[in-house]
Amino acid sequence: MGLSIAVAVGVYGVSFGALSVTAGLSVWETCLLSALMFTGGSQFAFIGVVGGGGTGAAAWAAATLLGVRNGIYGMQLKALIRPPARLIPVMAQLTIDESTATATAQDSHDERVRGFWTAGLGVWLTWNAFTLIGALAGDALGDPKQWGLDGAAVAAFLGLLWPRLSAKDPVAIAVVAAMVTIITTPLVPPGIPVLIAAAVTAAVWALQRRRKVVAE
Amino acid sequence: MSILSWVLLGAATAFAIKLAGYLLPQSLLDRPPVTELAAAMTVGLLASLTTMNTVASGQALALDSRLLALAAGAIALKLKAPYLVVVLAGALAAAAGRFFGLP
Repeated sequence: MGLSIAVAVGVYGVSFGALSVTAGLSVWETCLLSALMFTGGSQFAFIGVVGGGGTGAAAWAAATLLGVRNGIYGMQLKALIRPPARLIPVMAQLTIDESTATATAQDSHDERVRGFWTAGLGVWLTWNAFTLIGALAGDALGDPKQWGLDGAAVAAFLGLLWPRLSAKDPVAIAVVAAMVTIITTPLVPPGIPVLIAAAVTAAVWALQRRRKVVAE
Repeated sequence: MSILSWVLLGAATAFAIKLAGYLLPQSLLDRPPVTELAAAMTVGLLASLTTMNTVASGQALALDSRLLALAAGAIALKLKAPYLVVVLAGALAAAAGRFFGLP
C-alpha cells in the first residue's frame, strides 16, 4: 500500500507543480513548498490563494490552518508507533495524509512502522521529483485540467478516505463533513471550509460518543 | 514581505504544527477518546478535502469533469483496484470529460 501510494503521488505532484507555476510562483518557490512545507492540502491552499489574487499572508493563513490536521496525525502516530525521540524530527516532517493513512491501516506494530516510512519517504521523493517536472512542464503543458490532473487529486483523496468507511459512524461523519464543505465553500475564504468541517466532525463525534455511553 | 518569505514562513509553521503533535504529553494520548477523536477527525478532514477538490473552484461551487473523476475513483475502489489505478482512473475520467467538451 505504501509503495503504490508513493507512485500514485507522482501524478498528483505533477499537477501541483504545474498549477503552482500557473498561479504565479517561480519554479524555485514551487519546489521549496514541496520540499519544506510538504503537505499537499496546505500547498494547494497556498497556491490557490495566490493564484486567486490573495496576499501572501492570506496564503500563509490558509496553508497553516489546513496543516493543523498534521498535528493531530502526529499525536495519532506517536500513540500508535511510539517512536524513539531521535526519529521524531524526521517523522514530523514526513507526517502527512498518506503516511498516516498507510500506518493506521496496518494491523501490527512492525507493519505500521514500515508503512509509515515507506509511504513518508516514498511520497517525499516522488512528490518533490514530480513537483519539479510539473513546474518545468507547467508552461509547456498548457492547461493542467486538460490532462485531468485535478481529477487525479480528487481520486487520490477519495482513495485515502475509502478504507476508513467500514462502519456506520465514520460514514455519517464523512457525509456530514462533505455537506458542511459544500455549504460553506461560497460563504468563507478558500481553505476555511475544511476547518469548519473539522470542527463539525468533532461535534458529531462527541454526539456519537455520548449516544454510545448512554447505550452502555 | 515577498512570496518567497511567506513560502518559508509557511513551511516553518507547517513543521512546527507537525512537531507539536509529537511533543504533546503521552498521558494525553493514552486516553482512548483522544485516538478515537483523531480517527474521526481524519475521516472528516479527508471527506472535506475530497469534496473541496471535487466541487470547489476558489470560493465558488463548480460541477465539472471532476465529478466524473470522483465517480471513476469510487468505481475503481469498489472493484478493489490498487491506489495507483484509482488515481489514474480519476485523471483519465476528468481528461475524458474535458476531451468531450465538459467544463
